Amino acid sequence: MAGHKTYEESIRDVYKGLVLLAVVTLIEVGISLLGKGHLGVDVSDYSWILAIIAIGLIVLSLYKAYFIIYEFMHMRYEVKGLAMSVLLPTLLLVWAVIAFFQEGDSWKKRREDVKKRETVDPNAPASNQESFRIPEDTYLLKLG
Amino acid sequence: MAEHVIEQGGAWDGAKEPFKASYGKLMMWYFLLSDAFTFAGFLIAYGALRFSSATWPVPDFVFSTAPFGIHDAPLIFVTIMSFLLIISSVTMVRAVQEGHRENKRGVVFWMLLTVLGGAGFLGCQAWEWTNLIGTEHMTVTRNPFGTHTEDGVYLAHDGKPGEEAFEAGESYLLHKADLDPSLSDAQVMEGFASHGEDDHAGHSVVNAYDKDYGFMYVDEEGFIKRKFVVQEGDSAGAVKMEAFGPKAFGGLFFFITGFHGFHVLSGVVFLLIILINAASGLYVKRKNGYEMVEKIGLYWHFVDLVWVFVFLVFYLL
Repeated sequence: MAGHKTYEESIRDVYKGLVLLAVVTLIEVGISLLGKGHLGVDVSDYSWILAIIAIGLIVLSLYKAYFIIYEFMHMRYEVKGLAMSVLLPTLLLVWAVIAFFQEGDSWKKRREDVKKRETVDPNAPASNQESFRIPEDTYLLKLG
Repeated sequence: MAEHVIEQGGAWDGAKEPFKASYGKLMMWYFLLSDAFTFAGFLIAYGALRFSSATWPVPDFVFSTAPFGIHDAPLIFVTIMSFLLIISSVTMVRAVQEGHRENKRGVVFWMLLTVLGGAGFLGCQAWEWTNLIGTEHMTVTRNPFGTHTEDGVYLAHDGKPGEEAFEAGESYLLHKADLDPSLSDAQVMEGFASHGEDDHAGHSVVNAYDKDYGFMYVDEEGFIKRKFVVQEGDSAGAVKMEAFGPKAFGGLFFFITGFHGFHVLSGVVFLLIILINAASGLYVKRKNGYEMVEKIGLYWHFVDLVWVFVFLVFYLL
């Protein structure tokens, strides 16, 4: 239901929503291209600018998601219990994102470690061998 | 009988709508919630694998072509695809509004525009996939988009360092060799005579002649692996060969955008069914403000919602 708005008002709101989503999308594409150096400025040496761009893109996308759910899908006009029973479970994903991205980063470190081990010359004198850091959570089986 | 139940109205007697939403609408919301978890699982897998790779294909390099021979237009085509979905979402809202007014013609008109938007999106995706598979030779298990990790200079046709330099972080696309069948093996071998000693360091490649690149090393699948000299860092001076990019990229791209595209396709089919029902006057008789249109509307907005995140992780970041 379009709440207490008149028909004309709700039509105007829809087209306002279209303009809003279009502008946000254009801003997203713009700052994404800026970060990749397509707009004439090379920002690749400034990691803090790249971090701001990445966070900005995520925030703008979440805003678009909020707008689509609350305005286009009319969640704003539903009973609070309905909104919460649909939206709150998605908070579980916050845990999943943190856990799995951390896991991915750990895979990367292990891969680099394996690559390094593969390049070792087993016949070189021990003094030339680089010692490898064993990850803290690795349990060594002690024999004998 | 029905009226009797509503009057008695205990919570467990039925006929009372929890959350003041009809059964169909409520279940559509919970279906969308479960679908959101499916997509989130896919996208989180993408994130984990991307974090685990030393390099990752740069989206503005991978997605820089558009129909009608447009090249070097980073992200422009996918932006158009995004706009198609946004616009079709807006026309869907209009259809739902006309439904609340019991305006049959309005519902049919705006749903028709929504179907056109969805079909347009599918057409664009079909072109994007055709280009990636047919022209750029990406498959579920093969990713020809690589990234340089060191500064270097490509070897020229004579096997010596040439003019073409690149920096770490730059992307390349492995091309399939356009072989010249008129050359005999002996001629090809002769062409490599000036390249000096061959050390492929474990790569299984053969020597071949390409019409554009000249004498090149080509792997058994026919991909040109250009050689280069590393300019800086620990292995400066070493001659290395281009390699495929992270393998997971192809599978993730085709499965995630394909799963989304399948949602769009089924959305278009359901929109068409409900459009025909609406046009036939079925929902006029129900007198419930075209609730069926509202339900398919929820689904259609969800497809747009998922695209917001697919667009974010695959194209923008």
